Amino acid sequence: MRPRYVDTGARDTRSGFGAGLVEAAQKDGRIVALAADLMSSVKMDEFARLFPERFFQAGVAEANMIGVAAGLATVGWIPFVGTFANFAAGRAYDQLRQSVCYSGKNVKIAASHAGLTLGEDGATHQMLEDIGLMRGLPGMTVICPCDYNQTRLATLAAAQWEGPVYLRFGRPPVPNFTPPEDPTFEIGKAQVLLTGRDAVIFATGHMVWQALQAAYALEEEGLEVAVINLHTLKPVDTETVVEWLSRTPVAITAEEHQVHNGLGDIISGIACRYCPRWVYRVAVQDTFGESGKPSELLAKYGLTAAHIAQAVRQALARVG
Amino acid sequence: MEQAELERLAAQVRRDVIRMVYQAQSGHPGGALGATDLLVALYFAHMRHVPQPFSETGVGEDVFILSNGHICAAWYAVLARSGYFPLSELATFRRIDSRLQGHPATKEKLPGVRVATGSLGQGLSVGIGIALGKRLLGDPHRVYVMLGDGELNEGQIWEAALFAAHHKVDNLIAIVDRNYKQIDGDTRAVMNTDPLEAKWAAFGWAVLSLREAHNLPAILKALEEAVAQSGQGRPVVLIAYTTMGKGVDFMENDYRWHGKPPNAQEYARALAQLPEVLGDF
Repeated sequence: MRPRYVDTGARDTRSGFGAGLVEAAQKDGRIVALAADLMSSVKMDEFARLFPERFFQAGVAEANMIGVAAGLATVGWIPFVGTFANFAAGRAYDQLRQSVCYSGKNVKIAASHAGLTLGEDGATHQMLEDIGLMRGLPGMTVICPCDYNQTRLATLAAAQWEGPVYLRFGRPPVPNFTPPEDPTFEIGKAQVLLTGRDAVIFATGHMVWQALQAAYALEEEGLEVAVINLHTLKPVDTETVVEWLSRTPVAITAEEHQVHNGLGDIISGIACRYCPRWVYRVAVQDTFGESGKPSELLAKYGLTAAHIAQAVRQALARVG
Repeated sequence: MEQAELERLAAQVRRDVIRMVYQAQSGHPGGALGATDLLVALYFAHMRHVPQPFSETGVGEDVFILSNGHICAAWYAVLARSGYFPLSELATFRRIDSRLQGHPATKEKLPGVRVATGSLGQGLSVGIGIALGKRLLGDPHRVYVMLGDGELNEGQIWEAALFAAHHKVDNLIAIVDRNYKQIDGDTRAVMNTDPLEAKWAAFGWAVLSLREAHNLPAILKALEEAVAQSGQGRPVVLIAYTTMGKGVDFMENDYRWHGKPPNAQEYARALAQLPEVLGDF
C-alpha cells in the first residue's frame, strides 16, 4: 500500500517562511531582516514586531537592500531579505551576483510570490525565470519548498546553512501535507514521496502536490508512478535523481517556472550525463503569464495534476 | 606620520600604479593617480585599522570600501605598503593566479578587501550594511566608502543615500572622488551631476567639500571635519575635487586615461616624473 498524503488544511507558503523566520531569530541572535516595502506581504511583520532593533525597512529599493544585507553579513550578522521573487532575482540580480555570491556573503533571500500563482497582479509580477537565474550563480543554494510546513523547515535550515540561499515560495494557500517536523527534510536531499516502477515525476514547490494527485489518478489506470520532491534545486541531489531515472523508463518534471533553465533542464542534464531517459517537462512554455485566479492560471498554462498525468501517458506511449 | 613621509608615500604609490598598469598592460591609471593622496591619507594617517592579522569582519577597526573598484591599482599599492600583504605581490596585478584581481575581490582572499566591487554603484550599500552591523554590535569604529563621480549615475547610489539618511547611519563617511571624468568624457557632457553638494544635502547628508584634494594636510583636516560631523544622526559625505591622472602631466584631466595602459614611450615619460623614493616592488 502506497502512502496517501493528506491535506491538513490549505496554508500559504509565505506564512511558513514568516513562522520559520521568527523561530530562527529566537534561536539565533545573529539573525536580522530587511524588507523592501513588502513586509506584510512577505510575512515579516511578526519578526519586525518582536525584534524591532534587528529589522530594517529598506523601502522600494531592492538593489540597495541586497547590498546593505551583504554589509551586515560582512560583520557577522545573518540577514534575511524579503521581497517578491521578481524583485530579488530579477531586479537585483547584479547585486546578488557581485555583492553577495562573488563576495561570499551569508545572505538569505526570501523570494515570495514566485510563479503564476501570484495571480491577479499579472505577468509583471509573476516571476518564472528565477530558478534559472539563481542556480547559475556560483555559491548560491536554491530551495523551493512544497508547502507551509516545509517552507518553515526550509527557513530554519537556511538560517543554519553557511552561504547565500535563495528561498523561493508563493502567495496563495496551497495544500499543507508534509509533517510539521520532518526528519527527512534536509537541504540538498531529495525526498522520495512515492515509489513506483512505471515512471518518475520530479517536482518542486507548489507542483509537488499536483504531482502526487497525478500519481494517485494514474494508480487507477494501473500505473505505479514515483514522485520525488526536489525542494533543493542547487545543490541538486544527483544520486537520488540518477537512482530514480534508472528505476523507471521515463521521467516527467513539474515546476511553476519557465520550461528553460529550471527543473526540467536540471533533470535533463543529469539524464544526459548519467542515465539517458525521455524527459517530459510540465512548465510554462516560454511565455509570460497574465492576470487571473491561481487555479485558473495553472489550468490555462498547463500546470495541473491532469496535465502531469497526461505527460506521463504521453511519455509512456513514446517508449512503448 | 609626518607630512613629508606621507608625500613620499604618495609619490611612490603613484609610481607603483604606473608600473603595475604598464607591466600588466591593462588597468585604470587615471583614476588611481587621482585618488592616491586620499588613499594615502586614509591609510597612513587617519583610519584606525589593523593590517595583520587581517579581519574580514572588520570588527574593532575602521573599514574602507572602494566602491569605484576599477581604481584598485592605487588601493592595492596602499594596502601592500600598509602591511596587508607582501609588496612583491603587486607584480602579479591582473595576472593569472593572482590575488590582485582586475577589480577588487574576496574570492582569492586578498587581505584588505572585504567585498567585491567593480560593477559600479554597489559599495555604498555594502558600507551602510557594515555601519549598521557595527552599530548593532556597539562597535564605535567608522566605515569609509570611496565613490567615483561617474559612479553617481547609478540609481543604487541614491537608493543608498535615502536609506543611510533615513536610518541615521552616522558612523559612515562617503568620499566622492570628484574628478569630473567618466569613461565617455567629462561628467558634465556625459551625465551631469551638478550641483553635487546640493543633491547630497537634499538627501539629508552632512556635506563637506575638499577643494585641495592633493594637499595632504588639507585632506587630513577635511577628514577630521568629516569625523566631527559624524555621530550626529546624519551620514557624512566629503566631496573631494581631485585631478584625474594627477602626477603624470600628460594623463592629467584627460578622460582617455580612464582605462588604458601607457606604451613604452609614455611609460618612460611617466616614470621620469615619478622617481623611486621608497623602493619599488
